[in-house]
Amino acid sequence: MQDAIIERIRAAFETESPLIIQGGGSKTFYGNADEGEVLSTRTLTGVVDYQPKELVLTARAGTPLAEIEALLADSGQMLAFEPPHFGGRATLGGAIAAGLSGPRRPYAGAARDFVLGVRIVDGTGQPLRFGGQVIKNVAGYDVSRLMAGALGTLGVLTEVSLKVLPKPAAEVTLQFELNEAAAIHTMNEWAGQPLPLSATSWHAGLLAVRLSGAASAVHAAQVKLGGEQLRDADAFWQRLRDQTTPFFERRPLWRLAVKSSAPPLNLGDAQWIEWGGAVRWLARDLPVKTLRETAQTAGGHATLFRGDAPVDGVFPPLAPAMATLHRALKQRFDPRGILNRGRMYREF
Amino acid sequence: MLSPAFLSKLRSLLPAHCVLNEREDLVPFESDGLAAYRNTPDVVVLPENEAQVAAILKLCHAEKVAVVARGAGTGLAAGALPVDGAVLLVLAKLNRIRAIDPLARTAVVEPGVRNLAISEAVAQHGLYYAPDPSSQIACSIGGNVAENSGGVHCLKYGLTVHNILKLRALTIEGELLEVGSDALDAPGYDLLALMTGSEGMLAVITEVTVKLLPRPQRAQVVLAAFDDVAQAGAAVGNIIAAGVVPAGLEMMDRLAIQAAEAFVHAGYPMAEALLLCEVDGVNEEVSDDIFTVRRVLEASGATEIRTADSEEARLKFWAGRKAAFPAVGRLAPDYYCMDGTIPRAQLPHVLRRIGEMSEEFGLRVANVFHAGDGNLHPLILFDANQPGELEKAETFGGRILELCVEVGGTITGEHGVGLEKINQMCTQFTTPELVRFHEVKAAFDPDRLLNPGKAVPELHRCAEWGAMHVHGGQLPHPELPRF
Repeated sequence: MQDAIIERIRAAFETESPLIIQGGGSKTFYGNADEGEVLSTRTLTGVVDYQPKELVLTARAGTPLAEIEALLADSGQMLAFEPPHFGGRATLGGAIAAGLSGPRRPYAGAARDFVLGVRIVDGTGQPLRFGGQVIKNVAGYDVSRLMAGALGTLGVLTEVSLKVLPKPAAEVTLQFELNEAAAIHTMNEWAGQPLPLSATSWHAGLLAVRLSGAASAVHAAQVKLGGEQLRDADAFWQRLRDQTTPFFERRPLWRLAVKSSAPPLNLGDAQWIEWGGAVRWLARDLPVKTLRETAQTAGGHATLFRGDAPVDGVFPPLAPAMATLHRALKQRFDPRGILNRGRMYREF
Repeated sequence: MLSPAFLSKLRSLLPAHCVLNEREDLVPFESDGLAAYRNTPDVVVLPENEAQVAAILKLCHAEKVAVVARGAGTGLAAGALPVDGAVLLVLAKLNRIRAIDPLARTAVVEPGVRNLAISEAVAQHGLYYAPDPSSQIACSIGGNVAENSGGVHCLKYGLTVHNILKLRALTIEGELLEVGSDALDAPGYDLLALMTGSEGMLAVITEVTVKLLPRPQRAQVVLAAFDDVAQAGAAVGNIIAAGVVPAGLEMMDRLAIQAAEAFVHAGYPMAEALLLCEVDGVNEEVSDDIFTVRRVLEASGATEIRTADSEEARLKFWAGRKAAFPAVGRLAPDYYCMDGTIPRAQLPHVLRRIGEMSEEFGLRVANVFHAGDGNLHPLILFDANQPGELEKAETFGGRILELCVEVGGTITGEHGVGLEKINQMCTQFTTPELVRFHEVKAAFDPDRLLNPGKAVPELHRCAEWGAMHVHGGQLPHPELPRF
């Protein structure tokens, strides 16, 4: 199965023909437009190894996330970074290549934090393996985590090993009526206390806080924090994770990643805050320059998540020294620039 | 040797007290924490700010002089071993805590700040910095980033890479890189991950923004004795399968227990294996977890189970484990500490093989194991004054690391490759993978001036080492080119 991908990339390398790497196609909206023929990873399926007692799962890149999550659930475990499925047939490879994480991210870690090892085929058709199947491993540069969020521009992921975690025994979501500034402050304040937080969201005057852990701990925190218990909370967080609420249908949809405690950005009401204040979704058409500068002042960066790409691309331009390093790395992994050409930055 | 002209240029960049090149001043910098590897540096520079670091790097880049960065010098893999003809760049004087933000739970620190000093500085806010390598009293955060240091709590709280947000770093050209951000991610490639654990090969770190966590409300530890190492190993997996992620999960074998008991009198029961399992978190959760852990340990065949019922008892339980290295050090004139990681299920097999090799080499081994994350520290006992014993210990250690790779693990869990494990890199990676590592370095440092010769072996080194190193008539890696 991997052999077919190697053959295909070698042929594309020879003719310098760009390839668009695709798993389930659930995230085709994300990134800049790319060009070329589709290279599908959907034939690369199957869990290679899963040892619940080791907290490690290894699967081929085209394996659907839903399949992996169902298998983990049978042993009471989960992917703690809650990868978005975006309502589609999201695959493991796509989840790691896009590097996106769901509501649990600020409290449990990001996709990249759970990557232990990868097998890739680079832009010359060379298969390579980095990292491994163990939790602690510092041999060689951490190329496996470099692949997380690289949008396939450094290599086609063919197999990924992840750290997995036990599912919490109990979960409760509490709601509070709060204005934006108070909600941001509260999210940060509570994250600094020994509370079993696992997700936070603020939209239209309502702060939602999910607690996860042992039933006794969740109950104690619930008593301490008060608020009103949200029913059907699983569906609420899943809609936020997969962006299936009407708010996320608006265009353009900007993602402003900022310092979690940054005060309100004053960019209008069309806003949804999550990740303890560290992500502010904005469904409003404002000048790109305003958005990029506002995010930067708040310690972060602005990405056009969904909608028509601005002239300088959907991702914020890199500082010159960083851009030089990006080009140099791309050159080493994909010298002819055939993998997802232009998807991350238009120049490569 | 560095030329007098170069040294005088170097002196012009820094105050006089920041440049050392008198023999007696250089001796303390001969080695890092792995004292078996020594080399007197040609010159040591101790800059006091980022601008001075940049000036030093620019000069070295222009004159094509190599640079070895060093923090507190507590590393255990000869990563900061001086290189002939290179400048030893000591970052210990960049030791200010620049900012603490209790609400956002971050601290901005210079690389020479000691690991424990961060937790001490933020304790008043109920916060701490989670990674806690055993050397945390002395080791500095810059070195922690360079090595991606872990500690006994990393199964639950992660390694350095999971606990930092942003770096300021200088390239060999003296150019500033800002990697990561104050948000939870940054645009482009994850260079924060790539640079963490890169052993001073890619850039020189001048500032680190770390994440801080709320101090757990309560921590409690359970001790369990087993009369069989395999049973203790199985118990570890059973605890995790029961849904508990312990904050710390440590194992010691008979020789390590005996040594620790003789040294600190922790009151350990004599057994073939001892497990220490610590759980922390919210008060109620700790109570539930302790109950679960005790139940699992009983079902897994523990011969004795004790729960620390006070902070004093908890510290006493840990005292033996924390003193294990110096305690083992009393059993022989020297010991050599290995650092492989294995899938936990392989533990009984690996310990049996280590036992067999111990007889074969005639050297005793005590095993201390970060059982939760599979990181094994066999301590090989030897006497360096006996001719040939050091070489024998090194060969034995190398064989243990190859065994770790063979069972699906890695040659280094937390100490890094440095110079010490450079040959075993040839076992763990194929030629194209090693080539790619060199290319990654070249993307940052095309002239190979930063810490040359460490972390990633040259291919000819693998070929030469492989040729010396034949197992049962078979070369370990027939795919390697021989030249």
